[in-house]
Amino acid sequence: MAVTTLKIDGKEVSANEDETILDVAFQAGIKIPTLCHIEGLTDIGACRMCIVEVAGSNKLQPACTTKVKDGMEITTQTARLKKYRKMVLEMLFSERNHVCAVCVSNGNCDLQTLAVEHDLTHVRMPYLYPKTEIDASHEWFALDQNRCVLCQRCVRVCDEIEGAHVWDVSGRGVQSRVITGLNEPWADSDTCTSCGKCVQVCPTGALSNKGKATGEMTKHREFLPYLAQRRHDHK
Amino acid sequence: MSKTRFATVWMDGCSGCHMSFLDMDERILQIAPLIDLVYSPLVDAKVFPENVDVVLIEGAVSSEEDLEKILKVRTRSKFLIALGDCAVTSNVPGMRNQFTVEEVETRAYIENAGYNQHIPHEVIPALLPKSRPVHEFVNVDLFVPGCPPPADAIFHVLSELLAGRVPDATEVSKLTRFGK
Repeated sequence: MAVTTLKIDGKEVSANEDETILDVAFQAGIKIPTLCHIEGLTDIGACRMCIVEVAGSNKLQPACTTKVKDGMEITTQTARLKKYRKMVLEMLFSERNHVCAVCVSNGNCDLQTLAVEHDLTHVRMPYLYPKTEIDASHEWFALDQNRCVLCQRCVRVCDEIEGAHVWDVSGRGVQSRVITGLNEPWADSDTCTSCGKCVQVCPTGALSNKGKATGEMTKHREFLPYLAQRRHDHK
Repeated sequence: MSKTRFATVWMDGCSGCHMSFLDMDERILQIAPLIDLVYSPLVDAKVFPENVDVVLIEGAVSSEEDLEKILKVRTRSKFLIALGDCAVTSNVPGMRNQFTVEEVETRAYIENAGYNQHIPHEVIPALLPKSRPVHEFVNVDLFVPGCPPPADAIFHVLSELLAGRVPDATEVSKLTRFGK
């Protein structure tokens, strides 16, 4: 594998050509905000939080899906990037009903943490207040569409790690919804193994264990890098 | 030095933000000499006065009364703070926004009423089609999210303002957030 050198925020780093900007930045101790990314799953560039500036290009590139190139000069923190990242967060908040005060994940939510890191004290776009469903048909888990940010971590973990592919996305744009099976109640899915990995990787309160009250849901993700490695070794 | 003309307003919220204001405890004694509390649920003034320097707004804009009130408050106040998640995001009052007003009223006054089932059309202010945050109606000078915002955040914001400084969002974000 060819080794390349590049600069991130003025720092010289070396990398393998098949690595992404996000991988290399992480190894160099440079923090880029992420939401849909989670270590152990294939990156899809869904959320656009990890956008960076690449010298010579006017386009903002998602660090999680952009491969490094020799001589690249990347900037991860600028006023322009912060402005767009903040805008992404605002759109996510306005698109569903994120009522933090009564959410099971209040205080343990990736979306909330990003809001704080970006000094997001209010949302400038008008809230859409969509009518969204809750699927509590599963014996142990609940799906609350009000809190979903369409990161598709659930879709990927179920497909890539559990190998069941219960989850997918239906609809387009703001009408997009994560679905179980062929858009049937979760409990009716023949393929769900009830492993709960989707619940653990979900960044918000969209997927939770039943019986949790406000702020009681904490996620445990330690299993993921380990299982991902085992899957990788097996291929 | 003249005192800061200070007001607080309670719209569609649970009064938790006002409770959190009182939770500043003995620090209220530091603030009290610097302000003149001209309007608030905590005092007896019935009419929102002219020339208010700083006003804290608790609650979302949910009814015709709220809307009338916030428009008047804005024209009579120099610095308007949206205090708490209901004022900033519509929060819990906004949970009814997935339904029509008719559905909400039918649920509250007919389905859930054990006696005298009817939807009132007098005395109680009519609901707006949706409960919405304050800044969708008037310009807001500072946002202090939280449910409720901790007393430390309210004290920080008021201390800064009374010292003649405008608190910035980064400092506010260190002390409070949505849902805190």
